[in-house]
Amino acid sequence: MITLTHYMVLSALLFTLGTIGVLTRKNAIVVFMCVELMLNAVNLTFIALSSHLGNMDGQIFVFFIMTVAAAEAAVGLALMIAFFRNRESIDVEDFSLLKW
Amino acid sequence: MELLQLIFFYVVALVTLVAGIGVISCRNPINSAISLVMTFFCLAVFYVMLHAPFMAAIQVMVYAGAIMVLIIFVMMLLNQGLVAIGKHRHALVGAGIAAALLVVQMVITVTKGQVSEPVGAITAKVVESVGHTQLIGQAMFTDFLLPFEIASILLLVAIVGAVVLAKREV
Repeated sequence: MITLTHYMVLSALLFTLGTIGVLTRKNAIVVFMCVELMLNAVNLTFIALSSHLGNMDGQIFVFFIMTVAAAEAAVGLALMIAFFRNRESIDVEDFSLLKW
Repeated sequence: MELLQLIFFYVVALVTLVAGIGVISCRNPINSAISLVMTFFCLAVFYVMLHAPFMAAIQVMVYAGAIMVLIIFVMMLLNQGLVAIGKHRHALVGAGIAAALLVVQMVITVTKGQVSEPVGAITAKVVESVGHTQLIGQAMFTDFLLPFEIASILLLVAIVGAVVLAKREV
């Protein structure tokens, strides 16, 4: 019998993987993909709880998270292209324009 | 039957985690992207197992389709090739400590808690008889109408913003 705990633990592990990626990788696109991984882990939690509780609201939230993720992908990747044009790099270490 | 379900769950969960590790450990960003697509498909499988087929379809179309194509296009546009990973030990150590704390905390919180009883009316039988898409539509166009409209404005702003940012001369 697959319980709610199975899904929650899997989601926690996926979220942790995403965190490790965000903290260790240097390439901005890979960091972005790790953020997507974290968002998906949260989506899995939402849908597991929504399905378990017999309530539709969690799945509507997932729908809106996907909408925001699509908007974020469009704007974020456009920012990366603009940055690459200025600096010839998308290494997060070069993102230091606001550093004192 | 239930044992079979459990075995299937563990197999798909294993594939999901291996693909997730692939996302964070591949040297070539394209390989990371392919691993991420694998993760998205496995999550779609879980959504089907959780009686949410519409969400599974949206997951495949929006994430594995649209967003990944966008990411891969940008990668090819920027043409980075292989990237170095694990150059800084202190980053790896810090990330390892943070991840260990995070996973311990989350697993303890999840396993200590009591699972509450189902309270809502939407059971697997209702989803099967009415249809998942119809249930989502009913909720979205009645209770969540205002957020839905705001989401459409957000998407419009994102389209305009992306074009303005990525264009050479505005």
